[in-house]
Amino acid sequence: MLAASEITGTRTPAVLLRGLTKKFGTVTAVNGLDLRIEPGEVVAFLGPNGAGKTTTIDMMLGLARPTEGSVQVYGHTPAEAIARGRIAAVMQTGGLLKDVSVAEMVQMTASFFGRTRPVAEVLERAGIADIADRRVAKCSGGQQQRLRFALALLPDPDLMVLDEPTTGMDVEGRRDFWSAIRADAQAGRTILFATHYLEEADAYADRIVLIRKGQVVADGTASEVKALAAGRQVRATLPDADQVRLAALPGVDRAEVRGDTVLLHTNDSDVVARYLLTQTPARDLEITSRNLEDAFLALTSGEDQITQEGTVR
Amino acid sequence: MTAVALPRSDNDRRPPLGGFNLTFLGLEIRRVLRNRRTLFFILIMPAVFFLLFGLPNKGQNISDTGASAVAYIMISLAVYGAMTATTAGGGAVAVERAQGWSRQLRLTPLRPAAYVATKVVSAMSLSLCSVVVEFIVGAFGGVRMPAHVWLLAGLGAWIGSLVFAALGLFVGYLAPAENVMQFMGPILALLALFGGLFVPLEVLPHVMQTIAKFTPVYGVGSIARSPLTHSGFTVSSVANVLIWTAGLGIGAALLYRRDTARV
Repeated sequence: MLAASEITGTRTPAVLLRGLTKKFGTVTAVNGLDLRIEPGEVVAFLGPNGAGKTTTIDMMLGLARPTEGSVQVYGHTPAEAIARGRIAAVMQTGGLLKDVSVAEMVQMTASFFGRTRPVAEVLERAGIADIADRRVAKCSGGQQQRLRFALALLPDPDLMVLDEPTTGMDVEGRRDFWSAIRADAQAGRTILFATHYLEEADAYADRIVLIRKGQVVADGTASEVKALAAGRQVRATLPDADQVRLAALPGVDRAEVRGDTVLLHTNDSDVVARYLLTQTPARDLEITSRNLEDAFLALTSGEDQITQEGTVR
Repeated sequence: MTAVALPRSDNDRRPPLGGFNLTFLGLEIRRVLRNRRTLFFILIMPAVFFLLFGLPNKGQNISDTGASAVAYIMISLAVYGAMTATTAGGGAVAVERAQGWSRQLRLTPLRPAAYVATKVVSAMSLSLCSVVVEFIVGAFGGVRMPAHVWLLAGLGAWIGSLVFAALGLFVGYLAPAENVMQFMGPILALLALFGGLFVPLEVLPHVMQTIAKFTPVYGVGSIARSPLTHSGFTVSSVANVLIWTAGLGIGAALLYRRDTARV
């Protein structure tokens, strides 16, 4: 990844997790996790269910105490960072009173802080000004999530943490939600969101931190993470193939010949396809891609043999 | 990546008084007043009981003290309404824990003690409503007492209901449950019976009368009725109230500490 920490080494990181570990009895949910997030980054915390994302976020927010290791948020403990309005969070579920209106929920939460952004402003920014009088119980899942977002905007936090914020939303709700978040990120806020939707991580994050079994298994930009297991495979029927010649084609990093079949792994499938179809008698050409999902699966569902060799760092 | 973080002040956002404020309190009271079910149990039901069981005793006196039976019943039912109100108010903690609200509060600078204080004050506001409504119904029903008896009996019923705010908090921190009042309702009715709120204790068997003196409604009931009956404001009734309030209050505080320290 870009060595952001080297450029801005003197700045206090937004998040600094060192050797973070959380054990529940004999189960280790988070296992010596190290992470540094710089101010202004938009980071996706990507991993399958049970990878330790929520537990890590809980420790970042002071909702859970680490078994070992430390958490710093802008140089503070989580509780201190909350009291100073530096961190706010949108949790996955719960946390809303059902028997009040949207506006009342925001007013009440605002009253818990010494100073906040105006209620009308956060309702507007979260896109729920039009339903301010609606009972929370009558709001859809997406509207409730935008209400949680409005509550999180109140202290005008430097770091916004979102734990799987679009779970259960329909496609439109998800798009609306992300456009509100994206507008917010452009104002310079640091954003960390946990998700198991790859397309969300790909579309909205500057940086993807892949987590598996409570550890970081990959960390980089979306394209860097994709490149870990990316590229395309071109397959064709080509008797008497010249393996050396094929392997030397631009972009090809691996060429296999199995009987009459050739398998070429490349990051430029067009060049390979054009060559095969115009310069050789190849037929039955097939191009398959490996997308972020494949990278994700390869990195997160693989057994323990995928270790640090798979990381970008 | 737009990493140009704006220079931001690191000002404290902690509210004064740990977050205890009138906006929060006002919204809390409004929430309770919106809950038709709670209102039924603390305002309507005691009033209906008075009309059904109090009014037919008009003109009669309680045997040994000579106090007006209808006034006696009115005060008892005011205590019942007040204790239901504060139990519900304290018990709301259970619902809010179940809904994840107390967890959400930990993402704000609100001090847990300010949250509990707000719950107690809103519960006490509601129990005051309950006492006032019952007394108004009583006055319209023909209860006549000297002004100081109205005042002292009302204060006794109201302040005594603090015991049940502690009970509600204790239960609320015992278990997160959405339906806390569904199982507390019958328990409260039983306690009210032992406290002599539905029938004078004297009509109960002797063993039950003895047990009753150790239950938490007994002290509040006796003290609230004492301005009328000129008896009952005794060492044992005062001790009953103090010990139950302290016991339940400490129990609630211990559970609350376990809850807020949970990791």
